Amino acid sequence: MFKYQFDWSVVLSGQYAEWLLSGIKVTFQLSVVSIIFSFLLGLLIAVMRMSNVRPVRWFAHGYLEFFRNTPLLVQIFFWYFGSYKILPMVINDWLNRTNFEFAAAVIALTIYTSAFIAEDIRSGVRSIPKEQMEAARSSGFSYIRSMQYIILPQAVRITVPPLINQFLNLTKNSSLAMTIGVMELTYQARQVESYTFKGFEAFTAATLVYVVISMIIAGLMTLYSRKVLNPIRAK
Amino acid sequence: MSKPIQGFFGYARIEPGELSMITFTEVNKWFKELHVLKDINLHVNQGEVVVVCGPSGSGKSTLIRTINKLEPINSGTLIVDGMDLSDKKADINRLRAEIGMVFQQFNLYPHLSVLKNITLAPIKIRKLSKKDAESDAMALLERVGLTEKRGAYPTQLSGGQQQRVAIARALAMKPRIMLFDEPTSALDPEMIGEVLYVMKDLAQSGMTMMVVTHEMGFASEVSDRVIFMDEGEILEEAHPKDFFKNPKHERAQQFLKEVLSPMH
Repeated sequence: MFKYQFDWSVVLSGQYAEWLLSGIKVTFQLSVVSIIFSFLLGLLIAVMRMSNVRPVRWFAHGYLEFFRNTPLLVQIFFWYFGSYKILPMVINDWLNRTNFEFAAAVIALTIYTSAFIAEDIRSGVRSIPKEQMEAARSSGFSYIRSMQYIILPQAVRITVPPLINQFLNLTKNSSLAMTIGVMELTYQARQVESYTFKGFEAFTAATLVYVVISMIIAGLMTLYSRKVLNPIRAK
Repeated sequence: MSKPIQGFFGYARIEPGELSMITFTEVNKWFKELHVLKDINLHVNQGEVVVVCGPSGSGKSTLIRTINKLEPINSGTLIVDGMDLSDKKADINRLRAEIGMVFQQFNLYPHLSVLKNITLAPIKIRKLSKKDAESDAMALLERVGLTEKRGAYPTQLSGGQQQRVAIARALAMKPRIMLFDEPTSALDPEMIGEVLYVMKDLAQSGMTMMVVTHEMGFASEVSDRVIFMDEGEILEEAHPKDFFKNPKHERAQQFLKEVLSPMH
């Protein structure tokens, strides 16, 4: 029947477990940093998308269509292999000395995810009654300040469930960063597999870790939105 | 001259004076083809309380919404607190900070507590310290009878309470003019009184007020002047006594009949 000998010890202790652990750390860093940036960028793009200034609105629209409709893997390759080529030498040198794989992955994940987040936030904003904007403007707030203090805080509260989705997608998408050599969890699982031939164990462990990381992120966000953002449900 | 009385809101009572607050001259406004304000001429002095009434769709809400430029006008001139609203360079945000507005649907910010609803604009626009803004807010809440609700969220309040908070929120900016757009129309009947009570005391404190309302009791008791509008025109402008006893325009007579005794 099965000739395969299960050996969970390779992923539970020793050098290979350390590789996986360092992969977990990198995946976690990559996800959290990209989540923060993509949320902020998504907010900005959403506001630009709703701006009264036509060129600003068009730019945001173009941005959304462009980054939502191209594969993430291509974008990762673009930032890692492509953007490199058009930058001046000085910057290139500096990039080579830093962890450019990680940076390119953060940029790609951030930009890609921000396009989806911007659309979610925009639909959140559209669900806020227009009278809220009127009330804010009539007390003397500018458009931008009304957005900042009154509209966006409400829109983000409504947007929490789709935002959790986007953040989970981002976390899972971060595995693509292995293709440019970011030593995150999937990369390390692959390493373990090629050194030990224990592919089942290595990827089972990686899978479980992704489930746990995703659950932690979703759990923290749900908790945050319940306790801090939304003590009382808006009508 | 009558003796100044200390008003409910702490302002000295000012008799309607010569200082001009709002002046409409030949103002017109269209919504696409619909002519919603027709050659409006109207003058409101400081401390005056003017009630605007008329059938629905008559343009009365639009009229008061032009005063803080929630609705821009298409022609004519409108001068509010010395600022010409047709001037493109006019700093509308600065003017709006001087004009409090109270809406039919209250429009409190649902994500903020009562206290924060009131202190947000004073802190961010007037640059008051949090401490000062909160002590002002508590004084206002005391005056509208809602101190114990300072930590509550709008959805936890009744309509009447929400509207009183909305009035406190507007007053927290120490406005020079207060606009009320059908403030009691969305309220259950038993809550109308508590809101009118607050408005009446505000009127007696000398606030310049323009009030769109169907509350004819308020108009006759509190206002200095009643304006009757229909189809975008001001058809009648009179002292409340004259308006209620002896409305001149036929449509005003008809309107009063319907409002005062809806079942005949």
